Amino acid sequence: MLTLTSEQRDAMVAHCIRNLPNEGCGLLVGSDDGVISQVVPSANVADSARVYEIEPKVLLRTFRAADDSGEVVAGCFHSHTHSDAYPSPTDIAQAPDPSWHYVLVSLRVTPPVLRSYRIVDGDVTEETVTIR
Amino acid sequence: MSITVRIPTVLRSATGGAATISATGSTIGEILAQLASDHPGVQPQLFNEDGTLHKFLNVYVNDDDVRYLGGLQAPVADGDEVTLLPAVAGGFA
Repeated sequence: MLTLTSEQRDAMVAHCIRNLPNEGCGLLVGSDDGVISQVVPSANVADSARVYEIEPKVLLRTFRAADDSGEVVAGCFHSHTHSDAYPSPTDIAQAPDPSWHYVLVSLRVTPPVLRSYRIVDGDVTEETVTIR
Repeated sequence: MSITVRIPTVLRSATGGAATISATGSTIGEILAQLASDHPGVQPQLFNEDGTLHKFLNVYVNDDDVRYLGGLQAPVADGDEVTLLPAVAGGFA
């Protein structure tokens, strides 16, 4: 389960909308059990409407800050501009961490749809998103 | 010459659980080759089959991404900290 505040959910959606026509992306910091304390928006260094890559400097800074504060980088989010909020084959193949929460924001529909997944050895499982 | 290498969570199963490893060398290529030689399980995560740096691995010397420092030729010095982080990337294509 992923636990967000409504402000965090809105911040992810707003960042993805600002990045149109490209995919938007960022990181999620929080606890091991999926309670998110911080949404960290990133530039999409792939600069593309079809693929994304988190800015490497943002990645380093976020990992260090999480280590220092006793938190973890718990996952990431990105948008699909013209498809559903479900991980693409590339998303699944490149998912680096089985402990992560992978949030997808679909901007194909209005209002945007946000869903979260666990990706373990190529198996995708949707999880509940709780707004606290 | 001792360099500290910070190992990301997803590679720790291949390093016996170690979060940091000491290595010696004067370039990133030497450091990573030593890491792969000591812990063969990390080899495919570090290098492509042709020996180039894996596309989906970010490597930093202190605060800097090695792709702007000469890649595998990037120099390292005693006391530097090398951080490995898998790229967070994906998409439709």
